[in-house]
Amino acid sequence: MSQTSTDPRHFRAPPKRQLRLSWADERVRAIVWQVVIVGIVAGVIWWLVRNTQHNLEVRRIATGFGFLQREAGLPIGEHLIEYTPASTYFRALSVGVLNTLKVALIGIVLATILGTLVGIARLSKNWLLAKIAAVYVEVIRDIPLLLQLLFWYTMLQGLPAPRQAMNPVTGVFLSNRGLRLPFLDWQVAHSWALLAFVAGLFGTWLTARALRRKQMADGKPRPLWPAALGLIIGLPLVVWLAGGAPTAVDWPALRGFNFQGGFTISPEYFALLIGLTTYTAGFIAEIVRAGILSVSQGQWEAAQALGLRPGVVLRQVVLPQALRVIVPPMTSQYLNLTKNSSLAVAIGYQDIVSIANTTLNQTGQAIEGIAIIMAVYLTISLSISFSMNWYNNRIALVER
Amino acid sequence: MSMQPLRRVMSGLKGGLLGALAVTVVGALPAAAQAPAAGSAATLDAIKARGTLVCGVNTGLAGFAQPNSQGVWQGFDVEYCRAIAAAIFNDPNKVRYVPTTAQSRFTALQSGEIDLLARNTTWTLSRDTSLGLDFTGVNFFDGQGFMVKTSTGVKTAKELNGATICVQPGTTTEQNLTDWARANNVQFTPVVIERLEELVGAYAAGRCDAYTTDVSGLAATRSSQPNPAEHTILPDVISKEPLGPLVRHGDQRYADLVRWVHYALVASEELGITQANVAQMAANDTRPEVQRMLGKNGGLGQMLGVSNEWVVNVIKATGNYGEIFARHLQPIGIQRGPNALWTTPGGQQYAMPFR
Repeated sequence: MSQTSTDPRHFRAPPKRQLRLSWADERVRAIVWQVVIVGIVAGVIWWLVRNTQHNLEVRRIATGFGFLQREAGLPIGEHLIEYTPASTYFRALSVGVLNTLKVALIGIVLATILGTLVGIARLSKNWLLAKIAAVYVEVIRDIPLLLQLLFWYTMLQGLPAPRQAMNPVTGVFLSNRGLRLPFLDWQVAHSWALLAFVAGLFGTWLTARALRRKQMADGKPRPLWPAALGLIIGLPLVVWLAGGAPTAVDWPALRGFNFQGGFTISPEYFALLIGLTTYTAGFIAEIVRAGILSVSQGQWEAAQALGLRPGVVLRQVVLPQALRVIVPPMTSQYLNLTKNSSLAVAIGYQDIVSIANTTLNQTGQAIEGIAIIMAVYLTISLSISFSMNWYNNRIALVER
Repeated sequence: MSMQPLRRVMSGLKGGLLGALAVTVVGALPAAAQAPAAGSAATLDAIKARGTLVCGVNTGLAGFAQPNSQGVWQGFDVEYCRAIAAAIFNDPNKVRYVPTTAQSRFTALQSGEIDLLARNTTWTLSRDTSLGLDFTGVNFFDGQGFMVKTSTGVKTAKELNGATICVQPGTTTEQNLTDWARANNVQFTPVVIERLEELVGAYAAGRCDAYTTDVSGLAATRSSQPNPAEHTILPDVISKEPLGPLVRHGDQRYADLVRWVHYALVASEELGITQANVAQMAANDTRPEVQRMLGKNGGLGQMLGVSNEWVVNVIKATGNYGEIFARHLQPIGIQRGPNALWTTPGGQQYAMPFR
């Protein structure tokens, strides 16, 4: 229905109110207060900055970020990018950022999986399972994370020395130096296969969308798995074969003090990952439980009455409504996990805090060092927040 | 597991941040409240007005600074705090000890939280110039070495190729290790843990093949292991580590006092003044230098801003350099070596003349 009203109240703008320069005018008061508050904040910041500069000068403490280009000379045990002690501080700090991301991202994925499982288990009709999940949540949540990290690290140090390493499967060694796994001798063909795998995932997602559109049109469900199998498994396999099918494997072997070759998961990283994952999962479990309980029983019953299968009920009816409750607090947990990874210092995993601390100690430039740490965490945290908010907006129920 | 390590780790983490904050905020106060801040020439007056010396020491290193079973701080570095307190107040107990980690120590001194850093700190050019701090002398000539489990059969450091090495971060130790490894083509995997207890724990548990720090620190750690014979300190010394107390840059009068307390300890050993005979020597010794040192004439104490009997007070409280060394370091197996008096072969401890 189109709006063709002749009533002037529908199209005439409200009369403009005159702005009077008087304390009695609400808008004037609002403007004055805002100016005063912004002024105070700016004044405090200016005062702190000026004092800092003055004090640094008086104490002859070097300032500026010039040190980033100097040779770091600090040893780093784990690095995802090429690093030697001859590299610059900038490189060393980049290694630290990547190490933080490595533990935070994998930690978030694992904590989400474990937390969801525990949260669902706590709602299970199986008494034992529900109680185990409840005990897990209560115990893990009530012990400080730092103690848990030290506990895991001490436990891992109880593993045998390299010479007496456990060898459960050929090529896999578990010792107090960490877990050594055989790893592919990386060739160009492997990189292409990996790329094909990612492309396959994307193709599967596109296919799923197309299939859903068709189902919306004619109501007939179509299976996704043949396309998924072909794209995710078949495509990379073909690429790998076309690349000459290299199969050389780098087997770890005990040489001298330690294992050489293969791929290592260090005890420091592992302790930090287990600690962060189990701790955060305790909180995520409660969020998931709350989310599922927030969907009223009537929704389950109504969906079942329509003849939908249990899996479809969960996926199409309950979960979309539960996610509305789950996602916002989940963002906080992801942020917590990322920030808690700074406790790595205690157990010797060289994350950004550890490396920046050493840097500021060697250069004596505490303010710059702390500023770098803050900037890194702020960037990571804001990225997580933005993506989670985007996701939250996407799944939010559209009110009609 | 006690809560002690938790608290210590937290304090270590906070060290850098607190330091940064302190630089930002301290000195923002009006001039009157700014007494302990750097750059002012009034550290000594501030200490006198406060009635205690605030001394930054190690969080716990046997022989150098460690609380005993009654919670009283003891050790070689602690004796320097006591000696300076004795020189100022004629009371070696007027000291408040602040445990500092390798990473928090400089910011603690920069920010004015402590008056003196007596915590086996190596004198290097970059530290001397860029930290806003001054080294007042060398009270212990040290060098970096390695300790391994005797059972590994390693005899020299160069056999450590491929080894995992435990090292504390934020120290010159870390840099020496990488410099030495590059120069000698030794590949190693570092395990870097800040808290000494956790680091030594990781070494003892076999996480590392070797533990590296200053030889004095190795000796201290070795002596505190359940069975010291299981650990061997390798003969290689890969660096020079002159250790000494630090003060803030810019207060030369106070720096002079700290420097001359060290010389007084060494000179007393040179002249044979000991804790037992100092009172008698002050009364009877006729050598002019002894009379000047012990305050009979010359007014040397006044020049430093303390009483003329300052050396008597110091030696009564702590004994001379040799006595301090014998009390704290020889029991854990550290020999005098380069820290003997210059009059013995190989010795480097030398006091400037008291006149």
